[in-house]
Amino acid sequence: MTENTDERVKEMSSLRQALIRPELGGICGTAIVFALFLLFASDSGMFNSRGVLNWSVVSAQFMIIAVGACLLMIAGEFDLSVGSMIGFAGMVIAILVVTLGWPVWSAILTSFAVCLAIGALNGFIVIRTGLPSFIVTLAFLFILRGFTIFLPQTIERKTIIGGVKDAAEGDWLAPLFGGKILTGLFAWLGDQGIIGVFERGSRAGQPVVDGIPMLIVWAIFLVIVGHIVLTRTRFGNWIFAAGGDAQAARYVGVPVNRVKIIMFMVTAFCACVFATCQVMEFGSAGADRGLLKEFEAIIAVVIGGALLTGGYGSVIGAALGALIFGVVQQGLFFAGVESSLFRVFLGVILLLAVILNTYVRRMITGER
Amino acid sequence: MAEPIIRMENIEKHFGSVIALSGVSLDVVAGECHCLLGDNGAGKSTFIKTMSGVHAPTRGEIFFEGVPLKFDDPRDAITAGIATVYQDLAMIPLMSVARNFFMGNEPVKKRFGIPFFDHEHANRVTMEEMKTMGINLRGPDQAVGTLSGGERQTVAIARAVHFGAKVLILDEPTSALGVRQTSNVLATIDRVRKQGIAVVFITHNVRHALAVGDRFTVLNRGQTLGTAARGDVSPEELQDMMAGGQEMAKLEGSLGGTV
Repeated sequence: MTENTDERVKEMSSLRQALIRPELGGICGTAIVFALFLLFASDSGMFNSRGVLNWSVVSAQFMIIAVGACLLMIAGEFDLSVGSMIGFAGMVIAILVVTLGWPVWSAILTSFAVCLAIGALNGFIVIRTGLPSFIVTLAFLFILRGFTIFLPQTIERKTIIGGVKDAAEGDWLAPLFGGKILTGLFAWLGDQGIIGVFERGSRAGQPVVDGIPMLIVWAIFLVIVGHIVLTRTRFGNWIFAAGGDAQAARYVGVPVNRVKIIMFMVTAFCACVFATCQVMEFGSAGADRGLLKEFEAIIAVVIGGALLTGGYGSVIGAALGALIFGVVQQGLFFAGVESSLFRVFLGVILLLAVILNTYVRRMITGER
Repeated sequence: MAEPIIRMENIEKHFGSVIALSGVSLDVVAGECHCLLGDNGAGKSTFIKTMSGVHAPTRGEIFFEGVPLKFDDPRDAITAGIATVYQDLAMIPLMSVARNFFMGNEPVKKRFGIPFFDHEHANRVTMEEMKTMGINLRGPDQAVGTLSGGERQTVAIARAVHFGAKVLILDEPTSALGVRQTSNVLATIDRVRKQGIAVVFITHNVRHALAVGDRFTVLNRGQTLGTAARGDVSPEELQDMMAGGQEMAKLEGSLGGTV
């Protein structure tokens, strides 16, 4: 055989090669969003330490649930119960701590166990019945939300249960979700005049931003772990395979059912991290927490380049999608734009992202 | 003749009240290409699914290298060395060739005690194997979706061979392919056979079967109509056995013997 290259295979331009990376949309979107806000809202306080913290926290919230939604979507399934799960997980913690007087750490661990079990149940039903995950998790969206409203009303006669903050004082596990890190560094930065400090009041001289909330640490941790697992491990290959073509994957011995159920559990885990951080921050759980979060997570994932049909996507892309989300939502507020326009923006960008993704998919597979 | 690698004896398979297979026997020797012919509904698919561990036979026995075997699921068959390449379910189009090649058998390399996917090894092996099979890849990260149907079959066959298949079952590998792609796949079958692997080639195309087959078994309505060695049987006879005789003769007459 001669050393030949097929003359019909055109050389791929590096542009085209860059285009088929799933993160492309996310990278471009992030660049555009930052450029726009730097241009039009730079003097609004959006880019001082407090402003940065503000949109970072919001982005980090989106990121935490986007990681779970992304991995699940690549494995070929959806979870619409994420938002309700957030409300439910928070309510479980609050009821156990406030009403039943459990120590905070045991309430948190119980909440995680409950969420993982519900995630596994979601996955199990989807696998066993062969129904679309869309329907199964839609059912759980209502079931969990119903309980989240019913339980506090029956037990405490109110829809918001507060008082978790006091109970969390001195708990060993609570700071992992509600604490801050690098407080020393921020105090030093404040002393050096690099970041803003309070000018008067009881906290005069202390930095406005006194540390990085654990919420952000969790977001970065989950993104990094998710990305490594997806791209650098054998299990990651199984995730792609399960979503790409479950039957083909089964034929070569990939445990597709196990992979999918684990991904439902990961999504539930992410929802529970989100809920726990929120409860620790606010000191309370509310029946309406997490509303619409499932859709926001899915939008972030799609902006990040994942295909709704599964088998293709990137955790880094989803994280960038979440960043775009957070920056725009808070940026519009800083820029003094009517906040309802954020929804318009969401709809438009979702549509653009899906069109771009479909085009990219055609390029990868060479379909016309 | 040499001891067969796999021998299926009087395999019966019932699905409820439907008898899909009623006593099919077949054996395959290393280095031969055994063609399993049959028309649609003859029971070919059921039979190979029994062989590859997807279905347990209702009655009958499977001997693998002389030892009676019972497969509980496809994984057992794969471990034993029976690999099946399904016509349209061999590859995942959105994944790269290298990721597809090692799907289910990912090489791992430990770093800090954590097993990571060894991309370097996977990419190198994939490129080498593709080259021996006569497929030129742009790179190991090229998506399978960009390959032609014949190339996909070839990648799937190369994958099965690389992972130590002793018996390779090909389910209608040529039925959806063009002329040129078909000859590529047939050439691949020939190459694999010469490596001493037993090939079971399922097809309903007599010409494709005669091109590479050493022995031919015809299935009709869940039964074996006998096995013939190369040279002992003519294409017309095979065609007749597959279709069950008379009706086909009439049809062929009206079509001028072109089928």
